[in-house]
Amino acid sequence: MTTAATVRDVGAADPTPSDLLLDIRDLRTYFHVMDGTVKAVDGVSFSVKRGQTLGVVGESGCGKSVTALTVMRLLDIPPAEIASGQVMFKGRDLLKLPDPEMRKVRGNEIAMVFQEPMTSLNPVYTVGDQISEAVILHKGISKKAGVEKSIESLRLVGINNPERRIKQYPHELSGGMRQRVMIAMALSCDPDLIIADEPTTALDVTIQAQILELLRKVQDETGAALMLITHDLGVVAETVQDVVVMYAGRVVERGTVEEVLLAPKHPYTMGLLDSIPSKGKRGQRLNVIKGTVANPFNLPPGCNFMPRCPFAFEPCQVHDPRIEEADPPDVACWLYTRAPGISLPPRKRPTVAPLEATQS
Amino acid sequence: MIDSASSQAPADPKKPMGEPLVVVDNLVKYYPIYGGVLRRKLGDVKAVDGVSFDINRGEVFGLVGESGCGKSTLGRTLIRLIPRTSGTASLNGQDIFSRKGDDLKRLRGEMQIIFQDPVGSLNPRMPVSDIIGEGLLAQQDKENGWGRREIRDKRVGDYLDAVGLRRDYARRYPHEFSGGQRQRIGIARALALSPEIVICDEPVSALDVSIQSQILNLLLDLRAEFNLTYLFVAHNLSVIQYISDRVGVMYLGTIVEIAGVDEIYSNPRHPYTIALLSAVPEPNPRVRKRRIVLKGDVPSPAAPPSGCRFHTRCWLREQLGRPESCETTIPELREIAGGHRVACHFAETVTPAAAAEAAHVVVPVALAAEGLAAAAPLAAIAGGEVEETESDAAETAAAIAAASTTTESGTSTDSSDSGSPPPTGPQN
Repeated sequence: MTTAATVRDVGAADPTPSDLLLDIRDLRTYFHVMDGTVKAVDGVSFSVKRGQTLGVVGESGCGKSVTALTVMRLLDIPPAEIASGQVMFKGRDLLKLPDPEMRKVRGNEIAMVFQEPMTSLNPVYTVGDQISEAVILHKGISKKAGVEKSIESLRLVGINNPERRIKQYPHELSGGMRQRVMIAMALSCDPDLIIADEPTTALDVTIQAQILELLRKVQDETGAALMLITHDLGVVAETVQDVVVMYAGRVVERGTVEEVLLAPKHPYTMGLLDSIPSKGKRGQRLNVIKGTVANPFNLPPGCNFMPRCPFAFEPCQVHDPRIEEADPPDVACWLYTRAPGISLPPRKRPTVAPLEATQS
Repeated sequence: MIDSASSQAPADPKKPMGEPLVVVDNLVKYYPIYGGVLRRKLGDVKAVDGVSFDINRGEVFGLVGESGCGKSTLGRTLIRLIPRTSGTASLNGQDIFSRKGDDLKRLRGEMQIIFQDPVGSLNPRMPVSDIIGEGLLAQQDKENGWGRREIRDKRVGDYLDAVGLRRDYARRYPHEFSGGQRQRIGIARALALSPEIVICDEPVSALDVSIQSQILNLLLDLRAEFNLTYLFVAHNLSVIQYISDRVGVMYLGTIVEIAGVDEIYSNPRHPYTIALLSAVPEPNPRVRKRRIVLKGDVPSPAAPPSGCRFHTRCWLREQLGRPESCETTIPELREIAGGHRVACHFAETVTPAAAAEAAHVVVPVALAAEGLAAAAPLAAIAGGEVEETESDAAETAAAIAAASTTTESGTSTDSSDSGSPPPTGPQN
């Protein structure tokens, strides 16, 4: 068909730099529900380079998972609506790909690891069937070769005795083991990009340590890019190179992990870091971000974070800061960028207490 | 001010402790497993298997461990939400498990619980006034007058105030509140009966980070205001460190280590505690941790390993050449220093150096800050940065050795033998 051919042509005449793997531009995903429209993702732009590890951080409801699901085109439309934006993957816009083409990308070039290792595996198929399904489909190999491949990927994720494991069902495995199977499944087709949506949130710390170590190792060995979605700043600090911080459907801050965690600029990032309990804060009250996460049906007119922001001043109530228009380009906040039409100089910038180790 | 129940003995957390408030002795809780055609009993899930500890009046006793270690079961058994299998426990010197009838009802008012799930633990068909008032109604007598609606509603309002909610929220239903607010309702319900001890069963685990700190602050404020004692069950080690006075670490149904919070975090002696602490991810990308990654999963509590229950995953046992006693003898929870009790045969041999040797993974820092650290040799970073957690040169050497053999070195392999200094100083 012509559409497919056109898409390929576009891919051939790749305008983006070759090291840019995924480039999300002004993505807006809305949900039309009974009570109105939820702007779950409202103008998000960021990119992932080949081999890069990017952390997407934010609290529940900030749109980080919806961004990932939009990239994978896993949302039901309706109620979801992709109102605008582009998701350029290797020069092609995934949002415009016809379904059969998208199926060739999904699970093959972009793989996803979900949060719930319990519910994201099919309980009535063996582990081996589930891993080899993707390989046989995408790589067009025989069933026997598929079994070989699934044994190999299970071995890669550190599962002992994979020949036996492929015959087991998900309920026979522990939580950490299931998450390894999910990662093995994601790796089986040698993807260029792995999207891991809270891969360790449901796991205990000792198992989390194993899985993070595994993700690092796998990323290192295969050279795949990793987009790690999490709310845990500790996981971010240990696993990724670059970070974007999301709040209420927007990217509010971005930078390297050192920049964002050691010298945060946005008051929300500061608040998040400040509210982590630690030894040094014993006996003191924890700093809190007042109020609750913005109601998606009723966002404030100016900056979404304004009602909770301790530094809010006049322009925050009127003007909506966009990271795309910000200067410096890494934080969406009027404390740093001159608001349009307001000659008021930004107030003295807030500083955050240096992070201290939670243990000595 | 709310009038704290007049029947309650005045408790001052600062006054020297005499008798502990709660004494638990060899508490056991087994869940039977039935199976086969005849539904015969096949065995037991040993959820809590012989646990002994004290909780002093006015303190926060933290109970930490991985999922399935029995910490929640312990809390629930203690307040008689589920029946025990054997063992004893007392509150204020009075036995908990032998009480019956009205006596038991009175006891329930003295022991309350805050649940983890703020959605599942509130009845969606009840307005907040009934949710909080239900306990009051059950505990009514002539003296407190809680049977009368206006007195009860007054008290409900007082406690909504105390947890930072508006009094007129009493007429609303749970679905009208956010997660953090619902947890506040759960706290108000627990406190309305003026309990002596409150079991906090993972009260902040289901909450976002920014809400979690609000609830932790609230719990500490309320403890001071109402002279409360908490048994704080959580799996988050940072939360436990922040809120607890003393900490018990559980593994597979038993307590493996108890100590004051500073002692246990700075001088852990049980190999499991050490591994657990090393596994916590650090939010500071410049702090390098030497991590002990435990092999495998927690064994099944239906068939716990013989001897020391941790021996199947223990790094210290490997280091010591697999001594036999680990498999044959159950280690006693013995005191090694004032108030520091450990259940390990070899607690004395645990040193920071031994732990460093076991930590075969040095967690890489964000290696790519503008290429600034990307090209730096991991060994140099390890040498420069691990100082956070270590004190002598021998350990540094161990860490470097560990680092150079590990494959988790990110992008630094190409330059691992260049001698450039660490790109950034530790902690500025």
